[in-house]
Amino acid sequence: MEILLSLVIGVLTACGVYLLLRAQTFPVVLGLTLLSYAVNLFLFASGRLVEGRPPIIVAGQTGYADPLPQALVLTAIVIGFAMTAFVIMLALKARAELGTDEVDGQAEGRTEAEGEGR
Amino acid sequence: MPSSTLVIAPVLVPLVAGILLLLFRARELRGRRAFSLLAVAVQIALALGLMAATHHGDILTYHLGNWPAPYGIVLVADRLAAWLLLITALLAGFALWQACQGLDRRGRHFHVLFQWQLFGLNGAFLTGDLFNLFVFFEVLLLASYGLVLHGGGPARTRAGLHYVVVNLAGSALFLIAAGLLYGIFGTLNLAHLARLMTAMPAENLGPARTALLLLLGVFALKAALLPLHLWLPATYASALAPVAALFAIMTKVGAYAILRVATLLLGAQAGDGLAGLYEAWLLSLAQATLVAGMLGALAAPSLGRQTAWLVVASVGTLLIAFGLGDREALAAGLYYLPHSSFAAAALFMLAVPIARGRGTLTDRFVPGPDIPRAPLVGTLFFLCAILLAGLPPLSGFLGKVLLLQAALDQPGWPWILATVLTAGLLGLVALARSGSLLFFRSAAPSQGQEFAATRTLTGEAPVPGVAPVSAESACPEGVSYAPAAVVPPVRNGSPASGYRALLPAAVLLLLTLGLTLWAGDWLELTTAIADQLLQPHAYIRAVLGEMP
Repeated sequence: MEILLSLVIGVLTACGVYLLLRAQTFPVVLGLTLLSYAVNLFLFASGRLVEGRPPIIVAGQTGYADPLPQALVLTAIVIGFAMTAFVIMLALKARAELGTDEVDGQAEGRTEAEGEGR
Repeated sequence: MPSSTLVIAPVLVPLVAGILLLLFRARELRGRRAFSLLAVAVQIALALGLMAATHHGDILTYHLGNWPAPYGIVLVADRLAAWLLLITALLAGFALWQACQGLDRRGRHFHVLFQWQLFGLNGAFLTGDLFNLFVFFEVLLLASYGLVLHGGGPARTRAGLHYVVVNLAGSALFLIAAGLLYGIFGTLNLAHLARLMTAMPAENLGPARTALLLLLGVFALKAALLPLHLWLPATYASALAPVAALFAIMTKVGAYAILRVATLLLGAQAGDGLAGLYEAWLLSLAQATLVAGMLGALAAPSLGRQTAWLVVASVGTLLIAFGLGDREALAAGLYYLPHSSFAAAALFMLAVPIARGRGTLTDRFVPGPDIPRAPLVGTLFFLCAILLAGLPPLSGFLGKVLLLQAALDQPGWPWILATVLTAGLLGLVALARSGSLLFFRSAAPSQGQEFAATRTLTGEAPVPGVAPVSAESACPEGVSYAPAAVVPPVRNGSPASGYRALLPAAVLLLLTLGLTLWAGDWLELTTAIADQLLQPHAYIRAVLGEMP
């Protein structure tokens, strides 16, 4: 399970970073989302992976899962969700005001006519 | 007021003030302004109270929900936290003063966002928990996203988008670093981490170093340390002047976090492999930042952007001091910190009357008409320039001398001396150039090429005091200065005119004068802060109690 989880985190991070470096705002937002998924899984794993154990005290139970990373992940999810919503609104605003969805606000490598016609 | 309440009050006051301002958003602006100013005044008083309470070396703690330390979140107020709270509250007071002269009308919820920005800043300085630090970083960033966009306009949106994306990537890195540290040590309480690090098994050294260097990366991003400084100039130059003035303290949050981790977790007690982990990186990168900042200031096309680059340079100077890491250098750095924040903020604020006086040219470095009240504005600009270039006899010079004195004991001192002095010269040239362009080389409106261009393209003569709607179209493609950055094309909510507009910047400069006149007393204070920082055991004991 550790290998599977670390692979998932790695692939998510790689995709996130790749998309983050794209020139248009939508892939960048997706990249940030993937990156935050990877980070959430990573945070969750920092309390070690255990199966079938409760995080809160139960009578007669001996082993427990670490509850703190779960609380941290909840906080991170909430913050990440709010930030994603904010970035999407900002990207839409940029699309409306700058007339292009390029992150730099200008179409690089395209001709001007194409850039304006988009 | 019991001392523990005093610790949490600077966090609660702006939070509650922001909520109340949001509730009463329909009320008339005058009342909201007065309330916002009152909240900042209360924060100044609280910061002064904390300074007095921590003056004799006591470290105050507040355990949220009364949970004992490593399990609950703890707020800690030591001398450093109180000092930074005071600087933040004072700076916020002046920024708000200027905003209340009309710029806060440019968009909605300025005062709410402003108070929540202070909520995040105060929380970041007071918290004793790494994850809580992340949360307060997010709070202050989210408020700053709103403030950067305040006033609207394409230039702001573009700069804001970059700023938000860069900081979100930084937040992801912060969480990874925090997760790594939790995975290794099972705690995120800074004092507890510090205690566990002194007795760490050797096999954890690699992951711990990775996590701490990732943290350095995150803090360097917030502090705008080279090579992570590129987001700053465009963002600060496109923000409204009072916002940019408040942001002068934002880079210092990153510097504060670096200093806290470097002294508390990575001090001399941390053992081989961890002690002094940051210093080696900081010293070289900070010198590069200083030079890059001054070169940027030389190349800047407008006063707002030049000031933003000078903020980068001041971060470089500050982090050289923190990178040196001994008592004298820390004291010099902590003396330099308020000086650089106040001076940069004053210059940001001064850009408003300058830009207003120059009509469509705003604060761009092209010869333009005479500025109204030029002698007074020019004198204030001159004072700012002396402060920022570090010339005698003002506090910038004193800070630099103290820093260089501290550097003389270090092995790399010739490099540091050469960098700081060369950067000072570059800054002097940059500011002399901008000052002479703005104040001496005035051209009649009909001779200015920019004016001609504006006229032909828009078919209307520029009206002084009304910001250009068409400035962007007047710029040739590829010349990307943020046009009308300081005074955007919104007529509603124009800044105050006359001498009143100069007051906030002028009084702020008086404050730096106070920093110069009583330099000995301030230095004594910052030396006491440095002493406390270099003995992290007191901090750890105050949070966790005696070693079990």
